Amino acid sequence: MIDALFTYEFLQNAFFSGLIIGVIAPMLGLFIVVRRLALIADALSHVSLAGIAGSLYLSQQVLFFAGLNPIYLGMAAAVGGSLLIERLRRVYRNFEELAIPIILSAGIGFGAIFISLAKGFGADLVGYLFGSVSAVSRQDLLVVSILAVGVFAFIYLFYKELFTLSFDADYSQASGIKGRWIQMFFMVLTALVIGASMRIVGILLVSSLMTLPVAAAIQVAKSFKSAMLLSILFGEVSVVTGLFAAYHLDIAPGGTIVVTAIVILLLVLMGKRLTGQSTVRRKGEVL
Amino acid sequence: MQESLVKLTDVTFNYGNSSVLKDITLSVKPGEFWALIGPNGSGKSTLIKILLGLLKPNKGSVELFGEPISSVSHKERIGYVSQKSNSFNSGFPATVLEVVRSGLTKKTGLLKRFSKADTEAAMNALLEVDMREFADRNIGELSGGQQQRVFIARALAAKPELLIMDEPTVGVDQQNSASFYSMLEKLNRDNGIAIILVSHEIDLVTDLASHVACLNRTMHFHGGRRDFAKLNDNDLSRWYGHSVRLVHQKEGDTSND
Repeated sequence: MIDALFTYEFLQNAFFSGLIIGVIAPMLGLFIVVRRLALIADALSHVSLAGIAGSLYLSQQVLFFAGLNPIYLGMAAAVGGSLLIERLRRVYRNFEELAIPIILSAGIGFGAIFISLAKGFGADLVGYLFGSVSAVSRQDLLVVSILAVGVFAFIYLFYKELFTLSFDADYSQASGIKGRWIQMFFMVLTALVIGASMRIVGILLVSSLMTLPVAAAIQVAKSFKSAMLLSILFGEVSVVTGLFAAYHLDIAPGGTIVVTAIVILLLVLMGKRLTGQSTVRRKGEVL
Repeated sequence: MQESLVKLTDVTFNYGNSSVLKDITLSVKPGEFWALIGPNGSGKSTLIKILLGLLKPNKGSVELFGEPISSVSHKERIGYVSQKSNSFNSGFPATVLEVVRSGLTKKTGLLKRFSKADTEAAMNALLEVDMREFADRNIGELSGGQQQRVFIARALAAKPELLIMDEPTVGVDQQNSASFYSMLEKLNRDNGIAIILVSHEIDLVTDLASHVACLNRTMHFHGGRRDFAKLNDNDLSRWYGHSVRLVHQKEGDTSND
């Protein structure tokens, strides 16, 4: 693949997009996982599916959409979904988690309608569902790169607020931190990253890249900073290994990336067991 | 005359049609240690939320540091330890230092990173609660009592003038609870930090505090500890709505205004 990487532009697009997503998806994923909102990524990826399916259907009906990259409507749908989740979480204050299945169901529902109306999309849709090495364009790479700059800047500038909000939302509210706007911006960025990542990882697997590396990292990390670095490391190893495997085996990269992430998680869990550390943190241990 | 840190005047608060607080008046001055007691559902936590600016009263005025609460922007002058700290996610991957330093988030300001001075302030706060050697430990590895000390350190990091605590010892065993309270007494005595402590442990906190406020939707009593000690169990039982018996541990207290 190394030789081919220097030769083929589509491979460069896939490889560099993958490298970038391997960093930004687990970075955002860490804040999502520690707030016990891991399913949000799933809900947003299914809303993206509705956007993508809608765009693909409209491209058959309206000339304008034929020339439009479906990823844009997918990203727009994810952003809309993220804002609706935030709204619903406030409506169902005592059942905040209810917002996630509501939006997830809506995403699947609209997605199914558009796919049926268009009588299926064949290979196009499979590529969006499970990712594709060959489908990533230079334009997609550009979108992912711009998003990455946004994510780095946001996390660099709001790291302390994001940490405080994630660790103790009540405390951050009581201490006067403007958590609502930061949370809203965070959700929009997450939605955009999910929308942009689907070309490479696939709609059905993008949430895994936000959660699996984090799930492995929090098993061994003592500090939040180390959890973030380990999440990124595990994400990158999953993406690079997964892309190489997908290219050589000629299969969807989404599957190989996620399976690699699962293997890493299993290795971490086994390593912990072998070194005698309890999987469950030593809750309530008196020191 | 010393300026009040907190001044509530005729504060009334309703949730819909149901009255939660009625005509509450209270003034807390620098260095005072107030125990806020009352039965479940008496409005203690609501009163704390009003003091923190999280709820707006339907009637009456709230002043913090001599200004109306709506114009007070320096919330870091108040340190807050919530009841919920006891039920935080113990698997959260954070060190004790990271948690304590998060108490400086508001003070440091938006778009700014923590400085070395902030880390030093967090370490000093840990020293105040005898937890400095735990700085690099994972927060989930500590006992309930130690975790509460860490949350006090988080509240102290920004050097507040007033510490507000809403039932901080829920879920902490008796021994750790006693050492926790003696640490609060030391903070109040040696550092001059004013404290408002909500608690169900009436005997313990009323022996510890310089002032007591007994709330059950209305303020039944607020004043010095010695005046509170003159009350009999019947008064408290009447205000609580059920039988209450006080067993004071401290003898010969002299605190009163």
